[in-house]
Amino acid sequence: MADVTASDGTLRRFLHGLPGVDPVGLEARAAALGTRSIKTTAKAYAIDLAISMIDLTTLEGADTPGKVRALCAKALNPDPTDRTTPRTAAICVYPDMVATAAESLAGSDVKVASVATAFPAGRAALPVKLADTADAVAAGADEIDMVIDRGAFLAGRYLDVFEEIKAVKDACRRPDGSAARLKVIFETGELSTYDNIRRASWLGMLAGADFIKTSTGKVAVNATPANTLLMLEAVRDFRAATGVQVGVKPAGGIRTTKDAIKFLVLVNETVGEEWLTNQWFRFGASSLLNDLLMQRQKLSTGRYSGPDYVTVD
Amino acid sequence: MSERLSVFKTYKLFIGGKFPRSESGRVYEVTAATSAADAAGKGNWLANAPLSSRKDGRDAVVAARKAFGAWSGATAYNRGQILYRVAEMLEGRREQFAAEVADAEGLSKAKAAAQVDAAIDRWVWYAGWTDKIAQIAGGTNPVAGPFFNVSSPAPTGVVALVAPGESSFLGLVSVIAPAIAAGNTVVVVASEKAPLPALSLGEVLATSDLPGGVVNILSGRAAEIAPSLAAHQDVNAIDLAGADAELAKELETAAADNLKRVLRPQPVDWSAAPGTGRLLAFLETKTVWHPTGSLGAGGSSY
Repeated sequence: MADVTASDGTLRRFLHGLPGVDPVGLEARAAALGTRSIKTTAKAYAIDLAISMIDLTTLEGADTPGKVRALCAKALNPDPTDRTTPRTAAICVYPDMVATAAESLAGSDVKVASVATAFPAGRAALPVKLADTADAVAAGADEIDMVIDRGAFLAGRYLDVFEEIKAVKDACRRPDGSAARLKVIFETGELSTYDNIRRASWLGMLAGADFIKTSTGKVAVNATPANTLLMLEAVRDFRAATGVQVGVKPAGGIRTTKDAIKFLVLVNETVGEEWLTNQWFRFGASSLLNDLLMQRQKLSTGRYSGPDYVTVD
Repeated sequence: MSERLSVFKTYKLFIGGKFPRSESGRVYEVTAATSAADAAGKGNWLANAPLSSRKDGRDAVVAARKAFGAWSGATAYNRGQILYRVAEMLEGRREQFAAEVADAEGLSKAKAAAQVDAAIDRWVWYAGWTDKIAQIAGGTNPVAGPFFNVSSPAPTGVVALVAPGESSFLGLVSVIAPAIAAGNTVVVVASEKAPLPALSLGEVLATSDLPGGVVNILSGRAAEIAPSLAAHQDVNAIDLAGADAELAKELETAAADNLKRVLRPQPVDWSAAPGTGRLLAFLETKTVWHPTGSLGAGGSSY
């Protein structure tokens, strides 16, 4: 695949040569998979799996070190009344909170993810974005969530976007040779068409993304079953073409257990069990965890739980 | 002119201000009562009512919890106005309710109309209580110290009501009105044999400025829906008015899990003046100490 990224022209020809998306068929397929009935033991398994895939997120201007520490405590021990509850996959914070989170999570397997590259708009010069990324990595981030330059993408400057992702990927390297995993956010709500989402997915993967992520959670349309299904198809096809496995992270707007399980069904039916681990699939969410915990309590006690029995965050 | 086709009404649940069918898709047949003594079961088919599932109950609790903040936070005066508005809307549909109650309970038209009138009067009566109950249930307490000590009643939260089986409308109103007048939000399990007046009441509530979710009405088998409501951790109290002895015992046991308030079933003459008992049953007393202010050389200035 190296030749397709040789120049702006070859990259454009490749991306525009990808088969067009049938929007009606895509949405119908996503909706049909959403009707699967997942009950009892399968549901219990799905709930635990979903909890273990959460990137527990707080991306507010009002974030304080105290709030980040509280969230880390929750990630380590989501339900203090039931120690069998799995931990979440990661905590996702702004770069300046990475050190606080890393300190709270030290010694655990919960990762620290940091948004970077002038999140959420991505409107900054490249050196600023790279400094933002390097700063987060130096502070101890295990994973970097970058946003692409949607303006450049929509203007058709694909090679610029490609080079930028590559540069950020380089900035994820640590002095010891290891590297933070890179998640590339497309902000699907701003890409207008399914064709664009497919192109962005391929562009991101060609540039070396470890994960492709739907959205920032800061715009009106975030993760939907349809755009996540489309991205899952892209990672499946990318692996068939290159042998490289890439993860997927829907983020924003997933609030209920029912929704989360629908996404897990999409994963299982599109890319299969290999992606059903938090190594390759994540949920970017905050309130989702409480709903999963309440459903988990219902399954283990038989009683419907309520918001009095989970944390307020 | 050709003869008109009859228009059958699809009775639906009332949850969160909307009218969904049961998520289970089930319905059951509701038949007319043949006489007052022999309540519903042998008469003509009236309609199909939704047969609610536990999930409908859960959805109703979610809706009730969502509505609780705004409803309990509204001024008592505003709640009174809204309850009075409900009575106004009921007045406009007296005939329909009289016919439904006559069918449901096997009453004569005149007796059914009297029941409906009594129910409307009861709404008005409870509407008046909203801004007065605090004077009855609260007050300032004398204490030995330079403090004001004030007790005031606060609503309990989400209340599950098992509506009386025999009095399909007057009994229903008599359990709903006091609970919401006090500022609670409710999930009602309507009379199993005679749910139609309750489901029609939902249509009245939806057009009465009552915020969606304050009253949620389920029809179906109390023995199926009520136990999960009684065990629900997000329900604060339960009224067992319509539960038989066996069901009441089961519900009380389940309710003990999260220390719900329980109003046990007792023989009630629904046509008699209700008193403030049901208003007070779902109010909790909040007591606040407040310093009287600076103490001069001559002691408290109050």
